[in-house]
Amino acid sequence: MNIAYSTELICFLILSSVIISGSLAVVLLENIVYSAFLLGGVFMAVAGLYLLLNASFVAAAQILVYVGAVNVLILFAIMLVNKKEKLKPIEGLKTRRLISGGICGGLLILLLRVSISTKWNLPGPPSIGEEATERIGEHLFTDYLLPFELASILLLMAMIGAIVLARRDIQIASNAGNEFNNEKPLIDKKIPLLSENSLK
Amino acid sequence: MLDTSIGPVPLQAYLIVAAFLFCTGVWGLINSRNAVRVLMSIELMLNAVNINLMSFSSYIDGSIIRGQVFSIFVITVAAAEAAVGLAILLSLYRNRVTIDMESFNLLKW
Repeated sequence: MNIAYSTELICFLILSSVIISGSLAVVLLENIVYSAFLLGGVFMAVAGLYLLLNASFVAAAQILVYVGAVNVLILFAIMLVNKKEKLKPIEGLKTRRLISGGICGGLLILLLRVSISTKWNLPGPPSIGEEATERIGEHLFTDYLLPFELASILLLMAMIGAIVLARRDIQIASNAGNEFNNEKPLIDKKIPLLSENSLK
Repeated sequence: MLDTSIGPVPLQAYLIVAAFLFCTGVWGLINSRNAVRVLMSIELMLNAVNINLMSFSSYIDGSIIRGQVFSIFVITVAAAEAAVGLAILLSLYRNRVTIDMESFNLLKW
């Protein structure tokens, strides 16, 4: 066992322990702000795993998109809905957690059994290593061109949809029958984004 | 059973980490009462799937790397999902003034 092997092994062990403990903490911690920052740590560790797997482009994309965009978006959402809220206790919460924990443990055991006992087709062709970025570019503009364009359209739709959904002047239930809107909405001032004609 | 001829870390180790991450995400998705944490759990599950795709792409499909391309698409869809999900969450919060998942029972039969 030379030094490269042991370095890779140690890196994998550190990253996987960060991922496992971080994901547990994301799910279990009470304070949601801690969860959000730990989620960023888990994303960084996953990017480290991608680097171990010879995929530098996807690791960079992971850091840019997940840590830079998704995690910041989640932090924004936490800031915007930050209300110290006393959650009403519901009966049977403990049993619910136990049952779902048992089901998730069973799923974990099933997945572990499948992944260990299956005879994977190893070793495959040698990894191309640093050429991977060029190969991804070739894939994206030849045989995966249609999914690539569809993904761009999907991003455009998601952007427009997010703007429309999070806009402040949408108040569907304000004048129509208001039976399922028990609490008073937070909106006191309408800020129209589009002109009045375009909304009709 | 565990083939260590290609490197110090076998493929199964990556699969085990991904399986654990996925199960944690499922548990959090079922059990969290804060709606933001539900979105975080979904992101954890998507990351687990991405780890699987990347490890298969590196170990079994090392010369064509279709898995890496696919995981880029998964990252794209995850970003779109996070944006739309958080927008839905914001408009829900404006209407119901809570983020407790137990109070979003409008469609409950």
